[in-house]
Amino acid sequence: MNTASIPRAFSALLKRDLTLAFRHRAEIANPLLFFVLITALFPLGIGPDPAILKEVGPGIIWVAALLAALLSLDSVFRSDFEDGTLEQIMMSPHPLSLLMLAKVMAHWLTSGLPLLIVAPLLGLFLGLSGVEIKTLLLTLVLGTPILSLVGAIGVALTVGLRSGGMILSLLVLPLYIPVLIFSAGAVNASGAGLTISGHLSLLTALLILAISLSPAAIASSLRVSLN
Amino acid sequence: MTFSEFIHMGGYGFYVWTSYALTLIVLLANILSPIFLKRKVLKDITTKAQRATRLQQ
Amino acid sequence: MASPKYFYSIAGTLIPWIGSACLLLTLAGLYYGLLVAPADYQQGDSYRIMFVHVPAAWMSLFIYMVMAVAGAIGLIWRIKLAEVIAISSAPIGASFTFLALITGSIWGKPMWGTWWVWDARLTSELILLFLYLGIIALYNAIEDKRTAARATSILAIVGVVNIPIIHYSVEWWNTLHQGPTVTKFDAPSIDISMLIPLLLMAGAFKLFYAFVLLMRARCEVLNRERNTQWVKKLAGIS
Repeated sequence: MNTASIPRAFSALLKRDLTLAFRHRAEIANPLLFFVLITALFPLGIGPDPAILKEVGPGIIWVAALLAALLSLDSVFRSDFEDGTLEQIMMSPHPLSLLMLAKVMAHWLTSGLPLLIVAPLLGLFLGLSGVEIKTLLLTLVLGTPILSLVGAIGVALTVGLRSGGMILSLLVLPLYIPVLIFSAGAVNASGAGLTISGHLSLLTALLILAISLSPAAIASSLRVSLN
Repeated sequence: MTFSEFIHMGGYGFYVWTSYALTLIVLLANILSPIFLKRKVLKDITTKAQRATRLQQ
Repeated sequence: MASPKYFYSIAGTLIPWIGSACLLLTLAGLYYGLLVAPADYQQGDSYRIMFVHVPAAWMSLFIYMVMAVAGAIGLIWRIKLAEVIAISSAPIGASFTFLALITGSIWGKPMWGTWWVWDARLTSELILLFLYLGIIALYNAIEDKRTAARATSILAIVGVVNIPIIHYSVEWWNTLHQGPTVTKFDAPSIDISMLIPLLLMAGAFKLFYAFVLLMRARCEVLNRERNTQWVKKLAGIS
């Protein structure tokens, strides 16, 4: 290995994960459908009053996004863990944290990005205004990568465990809460005509923090989990 | 202050004393927990050792 | 020196001393806080909840930092004792966080008129509780305790991000919660008659943490070292 081959290793892993995901593209639909279903449940439960829906809409969509992200996280390492590929990847001479970044990027492209496409539709369902929908998309663009990055740490810690799924939620949701607060807060603020620069800067800061620190944390966690 | 004033806490007696009671409960739980834990661990060790010697016989 | 067996006996001798010191400070703190300090101009006697609420909140943050640092030491240098200290701290920290939340809620009812409000400090303290519980859950879910210790150390370190948020939340956002009066880079803006019992109780709680931490750590050491000679002898078997 030399430093010149690192970008090639990165893009090779990224391409591989994307190809595998594409072959099972029906599975990409699952978290997406979940996202839509959860959002649809709320008007059914709360009642169709448009004023109330508009009020709680941003929060509902974001909570649904969190849950959909949580659901999709399992796929990050599961199949590779089960067929031994994960151990192979870990034995690679290339820096594990960089390879993890490739895996998370593939995950985000197949689970986070689709949410962005569907979100405006959900915004319309709940009666969000144009400004709110724009802000919603902005927060999703900044926030969903954070969900993938931080969530991957949780998956790496629990990948070998029997009750992994349940524990994953316990570990990851507290770390998701700041993203939820700032994102939903931004959308609500934009709807009321207030400035959102504070919320967006905080989200951006969290994103930068996540991108720089998560890959190393994911790599360490995997090493611990797979001994 | 008198004793009844002490209990009454200027009208806030319920809030103050509930807080202090909860504090006492939490602190006591933190003390008792390791005591019971130690007993359990030692008992566990001896039980497993007895089982092992029984199996060997 | 950091050998588990050595720690077990040293801790055993220290525990009664720390416990007694803790008791003394607690009694002193309670005396000054409940009997000597005058009623507050605005809040009357309800402010006395502060003498348990604030030290509990301080401990919830302090213990988390100890846990994260011990975890990091255990992770980097593979020192067993550091791992033991880290995981033994988790339930203690969780209970102080719970205490801070519940006494804060009880204090809030007469002061703010509500049992709970979703402002920055309360919310981040609640997240802290979830983090503690997650760490405990992860530790219990992993069979091999050395692996469990390493995994929870990583988790604890990741969660450190939350700590500055809690501390500075009352400055960054306009919240219902009172601003910092003691832990700021300035003279404390609290009356001395109230400051003394507060500091006494804070000291008492720190000693209490050391007291129960050592007790818990000894249990964890016994558990992990159960196959060694000295533990077997202690349990009465050979």
